[in-house]
Amino acid sequence: MKWQLRKPSVLPGFGLTLGFSLTYVTLLVLIPLGGLLLYTTKLSWNEFGAVILDPRVLASFKLSFGASLIAAVINLFFGLIVAWTLSRYNFFGKKIVDALVDLPFALPTAVAGIALAAIFASNGWIGALLEPLGIQIAYSRAGVVVALVFIGLPFVVRTVQPVIEEFEKEFEEASTSLGASWWQTFSRVILPSLMPALLTGFALSFARALGEYGSIIFISSNMPFVSEIVPLIIVTKLSQFDYVGATAVGTVMLLATFVILFLINAIQIYSREKSL
Amino acid sequence: MQTEHRLEPRWLKPLLLGTTLLFLAIFLALPLGVVFSEALAKGWKVYWASITEPDAIAAIKLTLLVVLITVPLNTVFGVATAWLIAKFEFRGKGLLITLIDLPFAVSPVIAGLIFVLLFGSQGWFGAWLSEHDIRIVFATPGIILATLFITSPFVAREIIPLMQEQGKDEEESALTLGASGWQTFWKVTLPNIKWGLLYGVILSNARAMGEFGAVAVVSGHIRGMTTTMPLHVEILYGEYLFTAAFAVASLLTLLALVTLVLKSFIEWRIGKKRLLAH
Repeated sequence: MKWQLRKPSVLPGFGLTLGFSLTYVTLLVLIPLGGLLLYTTKLSWNEFGAVILDPRVLASFKLSFGASLIAAVINLFFGLIVAWTLSRYNFFGKKIVDALVDLPFALPTAVAGIALAAIFASNGWIGALLEPLGIQIAYSRAGVVVALVFIGLPFVVRTVQPVIEEFEKEFEEASTSLGASWWQTFSRVILPSLMPALLTGFALSFARALGEYGSIIFISSNMPFVSEIVPLIIVTKLSQFDYVGATAVGTVMLLATFVILFLINAIQIYSREKSL
Repeated sequence: MQTEHRLEPRWLKPLLLGTTLLFLAIFLALPLGVVFSEALAKGWKVYWASITEPDAIAAIKLTLLVVLITVPLNTVFGVATAWLIAKFEFRGKGLLITLIDLPFAVSPVIAGLIFVLLFGSQGWFGAWLSEHDIRIVFATPGIILATLFITSPFVAREIIPLMQEQGKDEEESALTLGASGWQTFWKVTLPNIKWGLLYGVILSNARAMGEFGAVAVVSGHIRGMTTTMPLHVEILYGEYLFTAAFAVASLLTLLALVTLVLKSFIEWRIGKKRLLAH
């Protein structure tokens, strides 16, 4: 068969939309991101290593990955509960609660940051309750996790919720009528079928947390080695006109993002093939 | 419908419902409440003064300018791309979809960084730009570019699934009956996707007004000149002017609430599937 760019179609506009889309994506996304990768070639491997292996940078990578992981686990657990409640139970005000779950997508991150800092500061609504117990959240590493839980909250809920809604109740009933306890039904029948959605939500929430900047810098004390996240390292280096250092750290972040994107795609392809 | 859930233990519903409400109260309701309570802590007079002082007005104006440029451009891009992806089968389609989605996955700080590397003083075009006295980074064009990058996937992501679901039978009939390509688009395609398109535009608008990380990197924080509303909030907060910071933040919070209300309204209008929220 002859090689062809596209299958024939009577609809017009292929050339126009293809040209426009490609130009737009190339100018806005491809060239700028390519510029970043190309900028890294200005560094030798030794220089690149020196930037990345600097103890302050390493500490920030540990914090960013660690806090994002903890936040994603918290969101996995509570996200499943929220998704289950919203899709299985009826209660007063459910519509409003359901709509509110998207708030972290709609609320600017800077606003989320100052609001959470105000709540969890030692004189804040929750901070004041925790202070007598010796727990400090704002201006500590725990504050970073709190901000990331907020930011990632909708991801698990919104990926799992439709799957629970579409889940065939016959399976549960069959399992129960065959003598399984509720817990056995949940862990052996329901949970496995939710797994791909849970993993996708977890990965999306983790990826979003890793790159988050706006909400964290307000609730964290931003102390080097203690509570300084990777995006802040990039911003600091840029403000000192250390483009090369910022680029090296940025490239590692970008590669981490690509790896997570790849994993999310792999999960989705795997679960699609399994369900066929 | 709920009665058939006798399968699960009796204590489960109260436990899960209680956990859900407590978790969402702490992480969603309290932040909303604290913004307005802090903003109005010193009364309406101070609130009004905070959002009408010259620097706040300048920030609001700049934010609106950014929205007026980025949202229409990304809407045209989104519609053209959705048409391309939903109506045609061609090689490299998967790759194109990945590229369109990419800005959604990249950290906002990196979105700012890439434009600094292109147009900053030590960037690829930095020397040429300073020779010709053109400022992009630390000026309005940089803020617009970074926002354009961040919000570019929103309209496309929202209407691609809608257009794919509707197929191309209706368009093919219109063409067979003698309509021109543009007529088909305006009279057949557009009415079919209008709600999804509207929601994509609202979402782009909310994100364009609220973007912080990417804009913070390219703005240079020149007060009254290159500060959008979120950056103005940051500056006020950094100067311990908490009431003023929360007052400006409350405007952005109202915007977020309006966005959520419109989302629910449009979902109700379409009467089926949940829209993508991000």
